Amino acid sequence: MKTLAELSAIRERMKSKVSVREGGNEYLVKVGMATCGIAAGARPVMSALLDEVSAQHLEETVHVSQTGCIGICQYEPVVEVFKGDEKFTYVKMTPEKMKEVVDSHLKDGKPLYQYTIGSM
Amino acid sequence: MIRSHVLICGGTGCSASGSNGIREAMEKEIEKAGLSSEVKVVQTGCFGLCALGPIMIVYPEGSFYSRVTVDDVPEIVSEHLVKGRIVKRLVYSETVVENSNDVKSLNETNFYKKQKRIALRNCGVIDPENIDEYIARDGYQALGKVLTEMTPDEVIQTILDSGLRGRGGGGFPTGLKWKFASGNRGKVKKYVCCNADEGDPGAFMDRSVLEGDPHAVLEAMAIAGYAIGADEGYIYVRAEYPIAIKRLEIAIGQAHEYGLLGNDIFGTGFNFDIHLRFGAGAFVCGEETALMTSIEGNRGEPRPRPPFPAVKGLFGKPTILNNVETYANICQIILNGPQWFASMGTEKSKGTKVFALGGKINHTGLVEVPMGTTLREVIEEIGGGIPNGKKFKAAQTGGPSGGCIPASLIDTPIDYDNLIAIGSMMGSGGLIVMDEDTCMVDIARFFLDFTVDESCGKCTPCRIGTKRMLEILDKIIAGNGELSDLDELEELGNYIKANSLCGLGQTAPNPVLSTLKRFRDEYVAHVVDKKCPAGVCKALLRYVIDPDKCKGCTLCARKCPVGAISGTVKEPHKIDPTKCIKCGLCMANCKFGAISKQ
Repeated sequence: MKTLAELSAIRERMKSKVSVREGGNEYLVKVGMATCGIAAGARPVMSALLDEVSAQHLEETVHVSQTGCIGICQYEPVVEVFKGDEKFTYVKMTPEKMKEVVDSHLKDGKPLYQYTIGSM
Repeated sequence: MIRSHVLICGGTGCSASGSNGIREAMEKEIEKAGLSSEVKVVQTGCFGLCALGPIMIVYPEGSFYSRVTVDDVPEIVSEHLVKGRIVKRLVYSETVVENSNDVKSLNETNFYKKQKRIALRNCGVIDPENIDEYIARDGYQALGKVLTEMTPDEVIQTILDSGLRGRGGGGFPTGLKWKFASGNRGKVKKYVCCNADEGDPGAFMDRSVLEGDPHAVLEAMAIAGYAIGADEGYIYVRAEYPIAIKRLEIAIGQAHEYGLLGNDIFGTGFNFDIHLRFGAGAFVCGEETALMTSIEGNRGEPRPRPPFPAVKGLFGKPTILNNVETYANICQIILNGPQWFASMGTEKSKGTKVFALGGKINHTGLVEVPMGTTLREVIEEIGGGIPNGKKFKAAQTGGPSGGCIPASLIDTPIDYDNLIAIGSMMGSGGLIVMDEDTCMVDIARFFLDFTVDESCGKCTPCRIGTKRMLEILDKIIAGNGELSDLDELEELGNYIKANSLCGLGQTAPNPVLSTLKRFRDEYVAHVVDKKCPAGVCKALLRYVIDPDKCKGCTLCARKCPVGAISGTVKEPHKIDPTKCIKCGLCMANCKFGAISKQ
């Protein structure tokens, strides 16, 4: 390493890798991973979510977590997106729908209301 | 994408309680669950709450698991990492939120709330063996800034303006030290040294910084090198700190690989290299001239000053020597500005101080608080108070060089000058809490015994004087003391302070002198009444059986290892004081509370 720019490049690259320990991210996404969720296919949804977040380089603004059963087992897999006090509950998710939500909601800030519980 | 980080403390405390095994089990279990690509296990430095170790934090939830065992690992993985259900039974009680899957942030707990972490900012946050994580937290930015934007004199002025004082104990202004060594840059060979020979009983601040954030020390030493015009540095670290040594070696290797140590750093033509030297554990080698003599390969003995190291130090060249914690503050001062640092603390003591809390306190561990925080806040709020409902009696600061602060002064704001004014000193930051069961004469003897052992023997006042003081204390503890002994202790102590060659001897009598001043009545009780009020000094104790309470069950007589208890069944028993060895077994075993010590 011979320049400050190289140092800054490492810092930028690494920041997203440790940001999960600092909190304060814009979006917190929780995938329902209780028995009902897993049976309904939450695992592929989770994988798709993780892959797409990293493909779109959203690690610094998005935290992914899991949650237990929230009591609407018939709508699993359920994915909740939190931003500040707002909460969006996406239901009957699939890997494909998950990808769309990442691209539209988490990246561009446009929630996909057609997949939320309100439109069921 | 890595969605979750499992941080496992790899500091000395948690390592000793088995965190390495937990990390291995965690990695295995995560692989078994097929989560290797989503969850990352990171070994960090000390979190501070050593009393609750082994400690583990799982992000992004921030759940703080304490006293984790290998057997708990499968449950944490299957419940928390797979299903997202925090394992409540293992979460630190203060962070539990009732009827919710959430936990409170650690920063809301009493232990962390009042802390301000500057020297410890990366401890427990980054993997100390990964330079990239240090860089992610602004690592080496300060060095870059110094080399490309500041002149050496500007660097020294910045440190001067910050008001930073040496954290090793003396409290000498760091900027001034650098300034004294800054003449003739580029014309003479100079050295930058780091004192990591932390030797006070009960102190582990420097150890934790080196274990948790080694690069912060390396970066600061390079900055110091630039400021005074040195191209070589030495870290003198105790050989008893194997984890710190290993991480320093890794860190130096990584910094070389990245070109952050070595020749032509950032293409500016500045060269700096750092060597490690291991101390064999002699307390006197923490004294600066003895430390440098030891680095040179000689027997670690101090020499008179002047000449000061800034004029004639390591290998006879101008040298600056700072303590680990002092260096740990440097990069943050450069990045955030001297005003930021000077805005914390008191008039003459700026910034924060790390303390190693030990003794009779609930939250044994490492805390960093702004200067001026009161002893009460540190002990009662952050430290969680005294265990078993006992009363606070005194706090010892400054280790074998410091003194005891009695309960009446618990509201004293902690800074360099206040502590000296009340007869103690800041020292490197060991803070030993004592409750009502502690005998102050015994404590003074403990520390003096340590300095007698560690005196290098070069000068007479320290070598012979401290030994004579110890003999007087032994006499008092054995019940043979006279009142004139107390005056003699004082006279001898003051003489040793005034006439010893180095800091070790000049401060060695402090534990005795400060307890004599603050707890004279306890000394008098030992000497005149031949009693130890705290019930510690064995020779002054007597175990007695209350004949009204004794049922004559004979249990104590059977338990007594020396046959000192006699009596017949169903009749009150008696202890023969000439045979009794004061082991306390009878009292511990009596079912009727009939035995007491007086």
